[in-house]
Amino acid sequence: MPHTITEKILALHAGKKEVYPGEFLWAKVDLALGNDITSPLAIEEFQKSGAKKVFDANKIALVCDHFIPAKDARSAKNAKILRDFAAKHRIKNFYDTGLMGVEHALLPELGLVVSGNLVIGADSHTCTYGALAVFSTGVGSTDLAMAMVTGRVWLRVPKTIKFIYRGKLSKWVGGKDLILHTIADIGVEGAHYKAMEFCGPVIKKLPMDDRFSMCNMAIEAGGKSGIIEPDEITFRYLKEHQNTRTPEKTGAQVRNLTSDKDAKYSQIKEYDVSKWDVAVACPHLPSNVKPIHELKNIKLDQVVIGSCTNGRISDLRIAAGILKGKKVNRTTRTIIIPATQRIYLEAAKQGLLEIFVKSGAVVSTPTCGPCLGGHCGVLTEGEVSLATTNRNFLGRMGDPKSFVYLSNPSVAAASAIKGRIAHPEEVI
Amino acid sequence: MNNLILKGKVFKFGNDVNTDEIIAARYLNLTDSKELGAHCMETLEPEFSKKVSPGDIIVAGRNFGCGSSREHAPVAIKGVGVSCVIAQSFARIFYRNALNIGLPILEVEETNSIKNNDELEINLVKGQVKNITQNKIYQSEAFPEFMQGLIKKSGLSNWVKDLPRKGGKK
Ligand code: SF4
Repeated sequence: MPHTITEKILALHAGKKEVYPGEFLWAKVDLALGNDITSPLAIEEFQKSGAKKVFDANKIALVCDHFIPAKDARSAKNAKILRDFAAKHRIKNFYDTGLMGVEHALLPELGLVVSGNLVIGADSHTCTYGALAVFSTGVGSTDLAMAMVTGRVWLRVPKTIKFIYRGKLSKWVGGKDLILHTIADIGVEGAHYKAMEFCGPVIKKLPMDDRFSMCNMAIEAGGKSGIIEPDEITFRYLKEHQNTRTPEKTGAQVRNLTSDKDAKYSQIKEYDVSKWDVAVACPHLPSNVKPIHELKNIKLDQVVIGSCTNGRISDLRIAAGILKGKKVNRTTRTIIIPATQRIYLEAAKQGLLEIFVKSGAVVSTPTCGPCLGGHCGVLTEGEVSLATTNRNFLGRMGDPKSFVYLSNPSVAAASAIKGRIAHPEEVI
Repeated sequence: MNNLILKGKVFKFGNDVNTDEIIAARYLNLTDSKELGAHCMETLEPEFSKKVSPGDIIVAGRNFGCGSSREHAPVAIKGVGVSCVIAQSFARIFYRNALNIGLPILEVEETNSIKNNDELEINLVKGQVKNITQNKIYQSEAFPEFMQGLIKKSGLSNWVKDLPRKGGKK
């Protein structure tokens, strides 16, 4: 029988020849991820289970990124729980301040997730690694705990929706815009429980950073996972980002699995992207996308450029290209957060940090920070922020009476200059 | 083992209730279920944790629990004393988290007709919801066998404990 790439990866990890949508599996994981928010609960559950050791000290990644550097004493305590657990169980891939970055930017960069892997993470945006043809999905803390004990996770094989993108991308339009337009079309529940497979001529040419942005937001359409078949761009990325920390162990085997020609899809969506402009999602749902010319009166108290969606080097380069030689509006606090230490260093080498600071923006150490209303730029009542993050739910960036708009980094940088939502063409 | 007959008063919510609304991110450095419960739903209904009596039931529309993977959400709901969540549909990570920690949930199509403060009696085995106030019965689809297994064991940890020793497929 013909199968999708998702079905093939799942079958492989369940030790079966083939699997079908709806089937339950008790599947092997190549990597299990937790962060400073979700791991303490998982570690507690791990200890309650009476387990003495983890299934494989190389196949667990613990990342202190959400409220770290510790925003308060409780967060410091949570990080300590991870640190102690990692030391006790000799977990190789433990990332504390100094090594850490936002998890979904960090793991691919370190080569810990490779094509054909099955990865679970106690974080909803674990679906990001689909950009590297990984089946990856967000789970809960108990799932993580039991994966640390058994090396397995229960999964129901999802149906797949195929999204085909054709046409020519306009200037300023990138992966973030593609996914926002897609979510606007199908809704926040449009891919409920399903795998989203992104393909077509536009995807074939899409750079890896943009692919990460797309797969990152599959969950915002209710999807279980987002995935892109591996191609030259994928393999080049994997070659340039090889695992040096636990080589030969974590996810070492790169596979080249693709969907069969006549694989079964629950739905096929086709888009002509030529007419798409940059996308802005309005409060309080990522699907609430409106044409940017209707939003030019929205004044902004804050702009945030960062996160696992758009905190990568190409995002910072785009923002710097717009901010170079200009000043951000004095009424708009502009916060830029490189997603990882490596990206931070690269931004320093390329002179981007200098451009940002001279423009009047601040540059933070890698952290999730304001993305989830943690620290480093939390909003008070009535304030409005535009962010390159992925989620604009009520209260997401702070006070329940604050407002978050979502966009790509070019719109964010242009808006920071104007002090209101603006198209990049307005400042170039 | 879960209690399979539940009875309580309804607290009604709308569509797309997300995990940030169930428990705001600023409380995610808490781990105790009672402490989390004290802040449950407070973005939508500030007095929620004070109004709930043990056994009460949350009823909502579509896509309940969308957003983050935080298990703190079902833990907070359980911690505040809610016995069951009924919705037209659930976001998938919330759904699996609820099953994994032994918080009963049911998908029922007709939640629109259920009102705030209605008195419900739920039979988890049959997937049946009796609305005592309105004298109506709603039927939810039965859980697949695998999930029934999780429910019977009150969650994933117990289920794993009873796995055949060498792991393998169940
Ligand atoms: S940057 Fe935001 S969305 Fe990404 S992992 Fe951190 S909190 Fe989650």
